[in-house]
Amino acid sequence: MALLELSGISKHFGAIQALTNVSLALNPGEVVGLMGDNGAGKSTLVKIIAGNYPPSHGSIQMLGRKVAFHKPADARAEGIEIVYQDLALCDNLTAAANVFLGRELTTGFGSFRFLNYRTMYQRAAELFAELKSETRPRDLVRRMSGGQRQAVAIARTRLSEPKIVLMDEPTASISVRQVAEVLNLIRRLRDHDIAVVLISHRMPDVFAVSDRIVVLRRGEKVADKAIVASSPEEVTGLITGAIESV
Amino acid sequence: MPMTLEESIHKQVHGNLLGWLVSRQTFWVSVAAVLAFVTLSLSSDVFATQQNLFNVTRNFAFVAIIALGMTAVIITGGIDLSVGAVLALSGMVIGMSMNTGTPFWLAVPLALGVSLLVGAFNGAMTAYVGMPSFVVTLGMLSIARSLAMVLSNNRMVYEFGPDQAQLLTLGGGFISVGLPFLNPVRIPNPVLFLVVMTLIVGLSFRWTKWGRHLFAIGGNEEAANLTGVPVRRVKLSVYMFCSLCAGIAGILEVGWLGTITTSLGQGMELTVIAAAVIGGANLTGGVGTAFGAVVGAALIEVIRNSLILLGISTFWQGTFVGSFIIVAVLFDRLRTRTAND
Repeated sequence: MALLELSGISKHFGAIQALTNVSLALNPGEVVGLMGDNGAGKSTLVKIIAGNYPPSHGSIQMLGRKVAFHKPADARAEGIEIVYQDLALCDNLTAAANVFLGRELTTGFGSFRFLNYRTMYQRAAELFAELKSETRPRDLVRRMSGGQRQAVAIARTRLSEPKIVLMDEPTASISVRQVAEVLNLIRRLRDHDIAVVLISHRMPDVFAVSDRIVVLRRGEKVADKAIVASSPEEVTGLITGAIESV
Repeated sequence: MPMTLEESIHKQVHGNLLGWLVSRQTFWVSVAAVLAFVTLSLSSDVFATQQNLFNVTRNFAFVAIIALGMTAVIITGGIDLSVGAVLALSGMVIGMSMNTGTPFWLAVPLALGVSLLVGAFNGAMTAYVGMPSFVVTLGMLSIARSLAMVLSNNRMVYEFGPDQAQLLTLGGGFISVGLPFLNPVRIPNPVLFLVVMTLIVGLSFRWTKWGRHLFAIGGNEEAANLTGVPVRRVKLSVYMFCSLCAGIAGILEVGWLGTITTSLGQGMELTVIAAAVIGGANLTGGVGTAFGAVVGAALIEVIRNSLILLGISTFWQGTFVGSFIIVAVLFDRLRTRTAND
């Protein structure tokens, strides 16, 4: 039984058909590379899994049980964490505040609960060190570089014990050393039996770390195979349409 | 020696307290307020007297109390134009109900309840229906003021039934604080309310989840939504809080004036917004402090008072206050722009 099973997922926004009849299964400890050109539907698919939108048709099942997400918090409660392409950060808050946004740690007694700054700074610092990032927990996100902002968004996914981690272009704007760290993180997640979906335009990254490759073109799934059975040339052909499907 | 990763993570942008202070608009406005205070004390022998300070602090307390609520709303990226009308409505409700014999302990919750209702309407339309707060509160400004006038039946009321003394003491009374070697200092009740509310609001902004969520919504509402912040509930609560502040100020002001007129609080919303903005609240959202709201209101009142004491025509007040709004925010923009170069 698959950890997550998408059956016949379609999504339209008014007259625009973003996804048509996409079925996908995720298993624990598996890294799935999701590739496709701009507008192919990758971000939409991943946002449906993360609970941002409901599908127009089709169903989602987790371990055989039907689930319906009405908001991102529902998906998080089922153990699904996501790093958005635009990172979803508040510029006017600190890095630690952004990591813990919506899940702030509090201390206190009874109904008088106060924010626990010390523990949040501490934990955020630990997460940044784990990612080999120099992001400082007390700094405002407004003043940060792209790589540091990326570290904040990825650190969020490490707060709970997720079953599925979705990453939308996580290596888009970071340095070489940090790319290696993100890929190592993805391998560590896999070792912990977490399913990872990696959306990326960077073919070497996807081939370095994925077990399986899924290609979307114009909202339809045109390939779903083991990475060892494919090649960068074949995937490029599938993305552009030179190869119809496999 | 190159820094280790741990060391570089634990460094902070501003090495010390002074560096941090100097970077904040509220600090500079406080400096301006202190300078104005000192200059006036030296150039006018009436300013620093107990009686004058008593009046100044009581005048600005009403604006400052509402500015606390307004700052909270501005932090979320919204605005509340109806506060002056809510002040009038709340004052009218308590005045009229006590005039017809309602006891004090019932009239106060009644007035506050009406204020909260207005706030709930503002909040619900903004948060759940998605209308711009400017439009909703602009409409409510007219509605609330007209309701206040309807309630008044166009009479001036100055009798407040059997509990009149309680109302007048609440707004117009004071406590005496004995100081060694000096005459006892009289602190007006509205100022006491202001101090307590500033402490509560300031602590909430910094130390509660609610406060953190206000700043998150103002910074990036979409991100707040995605990460599970209860955005609509928080927005509803903040508009209710702002109207509550206006309601409290309305009750206190009626107690102080001893009468209610339909022009109560007319145009006050602009002074309150000016106080919040001078104090450092950014109208695009995500920035603001409780202390800043109070300092902004204080500065405006000190300017007004100084013009009177220096014998300058009151018609000039608007020029000074308006110029100060522009200067305070311009100064801050220029400062942050050079810092980001």
